[in-house]
Amino acid sequence: MEKFTLLKSSMVPLTVENVDTDQIIPARFLKATDRKGFGENLFRDWRFTTDGQTKEDFTLNQTKYSGAILVAGNNFGCGSSREHAAWALADYGFKVVISSFFADIFKGNALNNGILPIQVTPENLQSIFSAVNLDAAVKATVDLENQKLIIDAADITVSFEINDYKKMCLINGYDDIDYLISQREAIEAFEQKRA
Amino acid sequence: MKKTLFDKVWDTHVISSVKHGPDILYIDKHLIHEVTSPQAFNMLKDKGISIFRPQQVVATADHNVPTENQHLPIQDALSRKQVNQLSKNCEEYGVELFGLGHPFQGIVHVIGPELGVTQPGMTMVCGDSHSSTHGAFGAIAFGIGTSQVAQVFASQCILVDKPKSMRIVVSGKLHPAVEPKDVVLYVIAKLGTDAGTGYFVEFSGNIFEEMSMEGRMTVCNMSIEMGARGGMIAPDQTTFDYVSGREFAPKGKALKAKITHWKTLPTDEGASFDAEYNFDAADIGPMITYGTNPGMGIKIVDKIPSSNDVSFVKSLEYMGLEADTYLLDMPISHVFIGSCTNSRIEDFRAAAAHIKGKQKSPDVSALIVPGSQQVAKQIVAEGLDKIFESAGFKLRQPGCSACLAMNDDKIPAGAYCVSTSNRNFEGRQGQGARTLLASPVTAAAAAVAGKIVDVSQT
Ligand code: SF4
Repeated sequence: MEKFTLLKSSMVPLTVENVDTDQIIPARFLKATDRKGFGENLFRDWRFTTDGQTKEDFTLNQTKYSGAILVAGNNFGCGSSREHAAWALADYGFKVVISSFFADIFKGNALNNGILPIQVTPENLQSIFSAVNLDAAVKATVDLENQKLIIDAADITVSFEINDYKKMCLINGYDDIDYLISQREAIEAFEQKRA
Repeated sequence: MKKTLFDKVWDTHVISSVKHGPDILYIDKHLIHEVTSPQAFNMLKDKGISIFRPQQVVATADHNVPTENQHLPIQDALSRKQVNQLSKNCEEYGVELFGLGHPFQGIVHVIGPELGVTQPGMTMVCGDSHSSTHGAFGAIAFGIGTSQVAQVFASQCILVDKPKSMRIVVSGKLHPAVEPKDVVLYVIAKLGTDAGTGYFVEFSGNIFEEMSMEGRMTVCNMSIEMGARGGMIAPDQTTFDYVSGREFAPKGKALKAKITHWKTLPTDEGASFDAEYNFDAADIGPMITYGTNPGMGIKIVDKIPSSNDVSFVKSLEYMGLEADTYLLDMPISHVFIGSCTNSRIEDFRAAAAHIKGKQKSPDVSALIVPGSQQVAKQIVAEGLDKIFESAGFKLRQPGCSACLAMNDDKIPAGAYCVSTSNRNFEGRQGQGARTLLASPVTAAAAAVAGKIVDVSQT
């Protein structure tokens, strides 16, 4: 996994609430057996019409918006557990998602793929949307070490939550799997005790 | 200390906790399918390691499989590749596979319980959010992402923060036309799709105690649709009777010993929950959804509500519906009875009881898709196939089918489908398809009438 420390970027606003993972990556694109190339189909049916035309008004298609931070409405990532959603976001280039609420499984999947989900209050979320609406070039600074999100234009300097373990993983680019493999002895001892 | 059912199962599976971090939770059973496992097998390959406990993994092919001509090679090249990859991986890593053609094949959340793989007090995971289904047995079961599938392969454990606990009590007396699906759609409509986020839910009260295992599975299946990681129901005699005698269930003395243990699992009197909700069963009627998330549900006799909220307006626009209007009597063109929510024998018995002696409307295309080969066999053994076929319903072979439309069973753009599945998201049943979630009886009645009807009045 790539290391994550500090990010300064403009933002892409997606004001829709309850964005489910079927929208992030529709089921028909889940037939791959590797994890490459999902970014192409990120938000596929919101980005393109059935005959492949670009939907100009969708946020990802508006040239004024760019950057590695997606700002989304409440309850982002609900529904299916498909990690393909996180792969698609990462492959497209997003490193941070800001919302007022994240679904559990999505949050875990994001963190396992080096994407930082930042939860802010509904009021702060609205201020960010307004700021980006006024000026699409507004930048946010994400400082993981100090757990700070700073957006001067929206008058926002907030601390965000992340547990120490996950923070350590992101900063160092560690995967859970290596940690668990290192625990095999303890796991075997647990199995013995139960048997 | 007084403990909840959830605490009892969780605490006995924690190996240790990472400082200021998650628990290392031991997993008893790991279910896998073709869509969310290939990249996890690749991670094993990259690391050059084997599966730590292959005997605790059970695999099936369900999401991609066609529901016709399952004896022939799969036509769609990508689906075929994915299903074949699963067979190859299972062979290489020593995992038992109930693939196409196997008498135990079926939707992962249908076969686990029916084979006795699912048992009270277990921890279970699957790379699929509806793993919550298995909680109906008093197991802790939840969906995980593919990275976590790889972690369980590598260590039979996952790293996870202990969720908070919620109790949802439904008690009183249900109207006879109200089914388990209506109960859970009602609860989600009341609480919303994010109320359960961060929680594990225990469903309790006489309504769940009186439910069959099939009904309990329908309820727990949809706990994820209110955001909860999983749902649970305390194991009781109904549970023990269901598990006893199944293929992989303990037998004889071992079963007795297990039952003695399982009886200790229910929540202690006076144990506390982080959140609690109570509902009166009498308030529940046959339900249907009108929007694009499962929380957008109403009693079938009620009007669609109105709201200026952007997401709400967008949702109704997609559905081609108007606020403040009735769904009752609205024509529909498709009906799907199937999915891990409602594809067990009891669901088809209920649908058949309604359909018997009637004909489906000529304007409706109606699909019946059993959850497993065993359910398919049972349908024939009970003669339900004759009822479905003579009424004009298409009876297909087992799989996820139109629940997520990864195979050919797609609902056309713009068409309304009354579906017994669990998700009415945009495009879930095919690009542009419009899904109305309901119970098997409501779906069967819609197929016969060609429109939305209130089964409590028929
Ligand atoms: S039936 Fe639908 S919800 Fe259930 S496992 Fe299959 S795709 Fe998922």
